[in-house]
Amino acid sequence: MFPDASQIVFGLTALLIVVSALFVVTARNLVHAALWLIATFAGMAVLFVLLNAGFLALVQVVVYIGAISILIIFAIMLTRRVMQDTGPQTNANWYWGAAVAGLVFVGSLVLLSLPNALTPGGASVVPGFSQAPPVIPSEFANAADFNTATLANLGLALSSPDHYLLPLLLVGALLAVAMVGSINIARDDKERE
Amino acid sequence: MSIPLSWYLALSAALFSIGVFGVLSRRNAVGVLMGVELMLNAVNINLVAFWHYGAFGPSTGLAFALIVIAIAAAEAAVGLALIISVYRRRKTVVVDDVNLMKF
Repeated sequence: MFPDASQIVFGLTALLIVVSALFVVTARNLVHAALWLIATFAGMAVLFVLLNAGFLALVQVVVYIGAISILIIFAIMLTRRVMQDTGPQTNANWYWGAAVAGLVFVGSLVLLSLPNALTPGGASVVPGFSQAPPVIPSEFANAADFNTATLANLGLALSSPDHYLLPLLLVGALLAVAMVGSINIARDDKERE
Repeated sequence: MSIPLSWYLALSAALFSIGVFGVLSRRNAVGVLMGVELMLNAVNINLVAFWHYGAFGPSTGLAFALIVIAIAAAEAAVGLALIISVYRRRKTVVVDDVNLMKF
């Protein structure tokens, strides 16, 4: 059967993500690796749009592309002198890493191909899970209404004590602690006097 | 308009394995951190894909993915601060050379 539009978009995005991720781990120049990392994050944002999670796509662009990539590039620039682009960029035992990574990949695919909750007729262990691709519920006139309702649901769930208010507060506290701690760690010792 | 869930899971497995390889093989500590970011992104694909296919209620997957993104930001900040601190004291960012606590 001929692939439809969303499948073509998924294929191209998956290709972009996998190829740029491979360049992230193999590029000799770390600045190039960081730029390929940005390409991977952009592909992830496209994937979130495909999955009807527009808000997450926005967060992906703002947090990952906007903040984390810049942080990583700054760290590369600040530690550049010792790590010239000559010499091996992988450690001596890199083939063990490749073997473990290949094992993880093949193992995941084997697990995925075994009869499980995802295959038709397999035991359904996930509540509410359906193998059928999701359709927009009939009470919504169009996809935009559905996405608005999804975002409203997420906001309510994140601010309700019955759902994710406590995790949200904990993450906020963790972020604050991490920021203060990293400033303290990275501060120059001479400035403490 | 249908992409099987297993496609997302296979892509996520590929991305996670590439991240594992990056973590295990890079000499530069910043490269190791980039591998960790790839692995966290692979997890996010899984969470959002399961959410899209209706598992665990209307907003659970999204909330978890948001929390993972926030934790990844915290982890990147602390990790890079550690790398800069190590670089300042020992003039190296090669993880093999930072072996003071190696038993």
